[in-house]
Amino acid sequence: MNAANAYAYFPGCSLHGTACDYGQSTEQMCERLDIELLELEDWNCCGSSPAHMVNPWLALGLVGRNLRLAGQTGLDTVVLPCAACYARFKETQHALKDPETAARIEYVAGGAVPSDLKIEPLLGVLGKPEIRVKLHDYQQRSLDGLKLAPYYGCLLTRPSEVAQFDDPEDPQSLDELLKALGAEVVSWPGKVSCCGASLPISRPELVWRMSGQLLAWAAEAGADAIVTACPMCHSNLDTRQGQIRRAGLGDYHLPIFYFTQVVGYALGLDESQLGIGRHLTNAKGLLGRRRPVVTQAG
Amino acid sequence: MRSSQRAAQSVAALDLSLPQEPDLLEYIERTTGENVRNCYQCGKCAAGCPLSAAMDLQPQQILRALQLGQTDLIFASDTLWLCVSCQTCVTRCPCEVDLPRVMDALRSWAIVHHHAAAQREVVAFQRTFIKSIELTGRVYEVGLIGGYNVTSGHLFSSFDLAAPMVLKGKIKPLPRRVKAMDEVAGIFRRAQEVQQREARSGRAQEEKGGSH
Amino acid sequence: MARIGVFVCHCGSNIAANVDCAAVAAAANQMPGVVYATDYKYMCSEPGQKLIQDTIREHRLDRVVVASCSPRMHEPTFRRAVAAAGVNPYQMEMANLREHCSWVHNDRPLATAKAIEIVGMLVAKVGRDEALRPGRAELTKRLLVIGGGIAGIQAALDVANAGYQVTLVERTPTIGGKMAMLDKTFPTLDCSACILTPLMVDVAQHPNIELRSYSEVEQVQGFVGNFKVTIRQKARYVNHATCTGCGTCWGKCPEKAIPSEFDQGLGKRTSIYIPFPQAIPNKPVIDPDHCRYLGYRSAYEEQVASLGLTGEEAAKYKPVGPDGKKMPPCQICQKMCPTGAIDWTQKDELIEQEFGAIIVANGFDLFMLDGSHEAETGQPVHPYYGEYGYGKYPDVITALQLERLMNASGPTGGEIIRPSDGKHPHSVVFIACVGSRDDKVGRPYCSRICCMYTAKQAIMLKEHAPETDAYVFYMDVRAGGRSYDEFVRRAQEVYGTHYLRGRVSRIYRKGDRYVVMGYDANIGRSVSVETDLVVLANGATSARGSVDLMQTLGISYDQYGFINEAHVKLRPVETNTAGIYLAGCSAGPKDIPDTVAQASAAAAKVCGLFARPYIETEPTVAEVDQRKCVSCHLCEEVCPYSAVTFVTLRDGRLAAQINPAVCKGCGLCVSGCRGRAIFLHGFSDQQLLAEVDSLLAPPLTLRLPELVPVD
Repeated sequence: MNAANAYAYFPGCSLHGTACDYGQSTEQMCERLDIELLELEDWNCCGSSPAHMVNPWLALGLVGRNLRLAGQTGLDTVVLPCAACYARFKETQHALKDPETAARIEYVAGGAVPSDLKIEPLLGVLGKPEIRVKLHDYQQRSLDGLKLAPYYGCLLTRPSEVAQFDDPEDPQSLDELLKALGAEVVSWPGKVSCCGASLPISRPELVWRMSGQLLAWAAEAGADAIVTACPMCHSNLDTRQGQIRRAGLGDYHLPIFYFTQVVGYALGLDESQLGIGRHLTNAKGLLGRRRPVVTQAG
Repeated sequence: MRSSQRAAQSVAALDLSLPQEPDLLEYIERTTGENVRNCYQCGKCAAGCPLSAAMDLQPQQILRALQLGQTDLIFASDTLWLCVSCQTCVTRCPCEVDLPRVMDALRSWAIVHHHAAAQREVVAFQRTFIKSIELTGRVYEVGLIGGYNVTSGHLFSSFDLAAPMVLKGKIKPLPRRVKAMDEVAGIFRRAQEVQQREARSGRAQEEKGGSH
Repeated sequence: MARIGVFVCHCGSNIAANVDCAAVAAAANQMPGVVYATDYKYMCSEPGQKLIQDTIREHRLDRVVVASCSPRMHEPTFRRAVAAAGVNPYQMEMANLREHCSWVHNDRPLATAKAIEIVGMLVAKVGRDEALRPGRAELTKRLLVIGGGIAGIQAALDVANAGYQVTLVERTPTIGGKMAMLDKTFPTLDCSACILTPLMVDVAQHPNIELRSYSEVEQVQGFVGNFKVTIRQKARYVNHATCTGCGTCWGKCPEKAIPSEFDQGLGKRTSIYIPFPQAIPNKPVIDPDHCRYLGYRSAYEEQVASLGLTGEEAAKYKPVGPDGKKMPPCQICQKMCPTGAIDWTQKDELIEQEFGAIIVANGFDLFMLDGSHEAETGQPVHPYYGEYGYGKYPDVITALQLERLMNASGPTGGEIIRPSDGKHPHSVVFIACVGSRDDKVGRPYCSRICCMYTAKQAIMLKEHAPETDAYVFYMDVRAGGRSYDEFVRRAQEVYGTHYLRGRVSRIYRKGDRYVVMGYDANIGRSVSVETDLVVLANGATSARGSVDLMQTLGISYDQYGFINEAHVKLRPVETNTAGIYLAGCSAGPKDIPDTVAQASAAAAKVCGLFARPYIETEPTVAEVDQRKCVSCHLCEEVCPYSAVTFVTLRDGRLAAQINPAVCKGCGLCVSGCRGRAIFLHGFSDQQLLAEVDSLLAPPLTLRLPELVPVD
């Protein structure tokens, strides 16, 4: 095991379920980049939004158990592809700073909870200089000519005191990643606007409006596709374009990618390996259109 | 309260000399560390809230209701349940009030003190989600949708997406369970205990001989 | 034997609420040396002071203890009062029963017992007070005004007109300050330049005013009446004595694209320039950071040195710029100047002058959204209000930038146009409180002038183009001056400006327009406005470099860099340092009427100071007993005021000598002196030990049953 690039991996519930394309592309991409992901043994759901909304202690306890599991791996960093899981882990770690709260969290979690682990979003790992070097060296396909709208969603960068990742108003990490791959990143107003989050089941019309606005903005900006870093955002934007159309809020047919799919494609993986065929809004062939195959550098 | 009583009360001016639920403010300050009086009602949160147009009470009006001791307004409104915790408000608030945290605390209070939720579908979804975790340790999406449909009474919600999702392999037929479910059960039990204790340990409660 | 009188003040209820003043007076009557003790409601009032004076005469008192507030409050008052009745003012002591007792305790019996102890200490001390006389020092009747904005200009003119000499130091090339950048002023809509430039010309032409523009105060030493100031005259590279201000040079300068500071970055200037056409002095300076020849010259010197060239080689060498190309030696201004006024040999000059008083009028700057203000104070740089897009969107501008656009001598000749495409906006949104009333950016205070100038700008906008839509997003409207509120109402009622009570959450681009997402509390809904131009009312902050200037002057300032007044209510134009006064926005944001009022007030204070034949210096200063001094120099090392020198005595020994005019009586040398050779007049060892002894003496519990016995 290459210790330098080994991470404790927390996939989150959706990556094994409705976001299995994210899970698939994450694993494939990381393999190509020599990033070793060691999935936590017997992890439980982080609670996502519903847990903290109904009982903050439940949320802290659920993550507390996962942190304990992570601590037991001996690795110093946990990497999370899902933005909501990332936010919950960071929130818990932030709460652990107060000794009284930490004691209560440990009580609820049923045991000691380590407070010194590094918690990184998968997008952040791709920003590391040594990974960028690999990306450059292993890139097989250029994304030249592809216009992409980078969509960060809410929870990766906010609140900035807790999330400690990129700028909350105009983050650049995904922009830079896509530019490094040769894509054209469009400037659009929806970068950090909310997609509707956990409301699609209970209040779908609100999500149609919010996600519909994002699709409208991306289309106005001339984007070929939106690239996202959160399975909830992907779900709202990808699976509900039909509902949005029927609600009279626009006919978009705009492909929605996970950044891992875009990066994986640039690294030479094919669409089936990246789960692109699983999208409800057809995204097949877009990444391949007009993309010349470049010979590997060195 | 009889509906006629409620109807009669709703056309009276807010009586500020009778603050409602005096323990609630103390509970908020104790559990969140936020002083709701810091909010000077500038409305920047409402201006940026993606759900504000759907809310009857605007985000800063929740704090105003707390400041005025008019908590009935809060629990009768759907604002608490429409808030998705997108964190836009706290990111821009000039007074640095952590409104999402206050919202969480208010929701906890509502649950412990059985205030009927104005947005029952939203609460139904949240409860179903949590139930799924309680049963299997992870969220099992078929159970989630099914459970929601039953709980909310919207038996055919998400029906149009069911078939395509199954075809794309996105719905797993069987749940994956956490092995150490006893640990998960313990977390649920102790979390509820702490929540109940916290929301019932105010000064008024103590005077009444309330539980600790 | 001393005859001590003790006067216990109630201070209304300030002291009497927690201290039984009658009991304190009764206890004082029993203290050794006290021949009379009484209490009264307001000792500092006329009847109170008369009571003291009458008592002094009637009971032949020669020492007085006033048990009342802090000496910082009324020591001068009571000193004058006893002096008028013939008691030496330095044989009056104040026992602080307010700040040290009643204001910090609320247990009445204990507080009363403590009060009695405090009075006992001062009674013990005052018996050992020596009669002191204030010293006298010469007074230089020359004023230094720091800052050439409207505050500095007004103060300088007032003092000069009173017949005294004034030096006005301004760090930019011209006087006029922020007021010169304004188009119109509220609420009269006077043209700013029209009312300001005549005053600027008066300053330039006044026989009693020496104008030092493009200069900064580098060092200040001394004390009231006797300040020694070092002023740095920055090199202009233009000889103002021979220059006529004809303007040929800046017309021909090839560096034409430097963002103009005066036009807030919206216009351009040349590297030899005057900031605006009515600048005073009306003669240019050369900006060394952008001048081609000066860049050539310093590159030449650097490269010749690093290449080790000498003689012929050095003479022929042509320096190379960062782009690898040969640099042009330019000097066009010198070639074109008809009077040969360009002087490349100029260097910064340090000038030493003496002044009797200083007025600090260094003005204000505006909140910088790029966080660069913080960079100066060493805090992390962090751009603010990213959600407003300032810096990213060219049509999101500051209020001062709009002012320059509106001004006929501005970069667009008075046309209000969008910086992005030069088109007239059909809709403008104003946002108030940017960098004000905002804890998040560390500026919780109200900037005071923005509500008014925003209304002014909305009115001016409508005057320029009546069909333009104007929206103002505000939190509260602060319009407290004469006809101010009526002015803001006019902007709404007559000119149709929409006022929306709520902050703006964010601005984003839609095509070539912008969408502003805000809130209106009065209708209770979030609102959005599609607009062409957004104007941010960014708040006033202290001027750049304020903290350094305050440190140089040794005056007190707050966490925002604004000067602290000696007393917020009653001494608004003085600092805690005698002889240094303040005026204008250097002590907090304010409008022009208040600024001018303060400037004249400070000038009046200076004239009051200069009308005296000499300065009185406090006699409570340190003195060296030269018989005991071993000349170890410790006192010199610790003295913060450089008051110590060394002299040779008649027997050839060296001994320390303290200048009583400079010494402030801080006592560092007294406690530091290894040989106990220094004593502080008014605070001798004997006096202080007497106070301690009094505390350790058995407490007075006799005949006063309401007192609590102390353990």
